[in-house]
Amino acid sequence: MINRTHVHCTVNGDEVDFLATDSTSLLDALRTELGLTGVKEGCGTGDCGACSITVDGALNCACLMFAPEAEGREIGTVEGIAQGDHLHPLQETFLEGAALQCGICTPGFLVAAKVLLDENPTPTETEIRYALAGNLCRCTGYDKIIHAVQEAAVQLNGAKS
Amino acid sequence: MRYAAPTTVDEAVGLLAADADARVFAGATDLIPQIRSGRPEPSVLVDLKRIDRLVGVGESGGTWTVGAATPTSTLTADEAFTGAFPGLSEASGLIGSDQIQNRSSWGGNLCNASPAADSVPALVANAVRAVVAGSNGERTVPVEEIVTGPGQTSLADDEFVVEFQVDTPPAHTADAYLRLIPRTEMDIAVVGAAVRLTMDGGTCTAATVALGAVAPTVVRVPDAEAALVGSTLDDATLEAVAAAASAACNPIDDKRGTIEYRRQVAGVLAKRAATIAAERANA
Ligand SMILES: Cc1cc2nc3c(=O)[nH]c(=O)nc-3n(C[C@H](O)[C@H](O)[C@H](O)COP(=O)(O)OP(=O)(O)OC[C@H]3O[C@@H](n4cnc5c(N)ncnc54)[C@H](O)[C@@H]3O)c2cc1C
Ligand code: FES
Ligand code: FES
Repeated sequence: MINRTHVHCTVNGDEVDFLATDSTSLLDALRTELGLTGVKEGCGTGDCGACSITVDGALNCACLMFAPEAEGREIGTVEGIAQGDHLHPLQETFLEGAALQCGICTPGFLVAAKVLLDENPTPTETEIRYALAGNLCRCTGYDKIIHAVQEAAVQLNGAKS
Repeated sequence: MRYAAPTTVDEAVGLLAADADARVFAGATDLIPQIRSGRPEPSVLVDLKRIDRLVGVGESGGTWTVGAATPTSTLTADEAFTGAFPGLSEASGLIGSDQIQNRSSWGGNLCNASPAADSVPALVANAVRAVVAGSNGERTVPVEEIVTGPGQTSLADDEFVVEFQVDTPPAHTADAYLRLIPRTEMDIAVVGAAVRLTMDGGTCTAATVALGAVAPTVVRVPDAEAALVGSTLDDATLEAVAAAASAACNPIDDKRGTIEYRRQVAGVLAKRAATIAAERANA
């Protein structure tokens, strides 16, 4: 028997309701019920970070959550990072610095990097590498990604002062 | 599978008692990968995180209480907790990435019963107790009585861990945890070593040493503890600690390390963890 649970939560600030199959992951629910295909599946077991989202502001793997767990939570995905047509500095620096190739890992890196910069606006390279240790990239190599995060931090701090 | 989010301990016990295939979970960071790799699905997924007692950390009347489903990131961020139990905090913080840290719990790390679970040697070294709820009420047991073998626990079908309790450490007491993994993040311990010491003017007056990933369950090393007590942690003592730790191992050969290698590393880590714990306790 397939059980379904009605879930009410916010996603990127919007209130949403959906019917979740109890055994599905939040990752599958976000992609199929809500059409948020920015959230990617790399491994489905917590190793790659392609499915990174925020839950009440904390970084999580959507593949390691059952969809009904989202009840009452504030969910954030890569789709919520840009302001309308205005890309976030992280998105700009990833593009400018060629910090992506196939792009599968990119939404996860952006979500994880934004959580880092929101909490720690001036991270060291080591802090960035540890903060992104849960995100794997099979194409780009990590240096360009780290540089893009460093550059975005500089831009964000410049904008503030 | 049916998902249930009880809000009281009794309700959760009721769900477990009604169905032998129901399973509790906290972060699901072990549970979901296991289901995906083909382990049988539970009939009911009992989410423990909506029960107030299961989430949170605090001290009252000389006892620290940690909810069994508390994310480990909450523990490492808690300065008072980390000040009192630096080794337990560092062991908890080694579990996975930031993504995993926001989900992984002591209850899951312990009850998943992996020999390599990072928090467990430090829980044992600190004589942490588990409060277990079931149909017959609650009982309090030392953590080392929960895990009986790889993937095996002493919990009955209708039981789960509600919270952990640990006495506030006496003065000049500190712990340390070290593990060896082939890379710096995101791997499973080849060996883990936790040491807790009480120091009095440079002399050790109490010691516990516990090793992970070197036997089916976490092992205490009484010979290393005996060598430490009464010593100033001079070189001869540390060599005796290393020799006792190596001798206490009953490890496996696998891709992460041979038996010989694990024995050797266990000695080195026990010695180093003792040195760090003593420095902290003397500080
Ligand atoms: C990418 C990745 C990296 C990891 N790295 C590490 C690491 O470095 N070190 C390490 O030790 N582990 C690691 N793990 C394993 C896992 O994250 C930890 O064991 C974690 O602490 C499990 O906690 P959880 O709350 O997610 O457990 P869950 O998956 O929710 O539960 C695990 C098991 O324990 C049972 N259980 C959970 N809570 C209770 C309770 N309160 N009472 C009784 N039974 C309970 C469940 O039924 C299940 O059988 C990693 C996992 C992943 C996916
Ligand atoms: S898909 Fe979730 S971590 Fe890989
Ligand atoms: S760009 Fe292909 S995995 Fe990172």
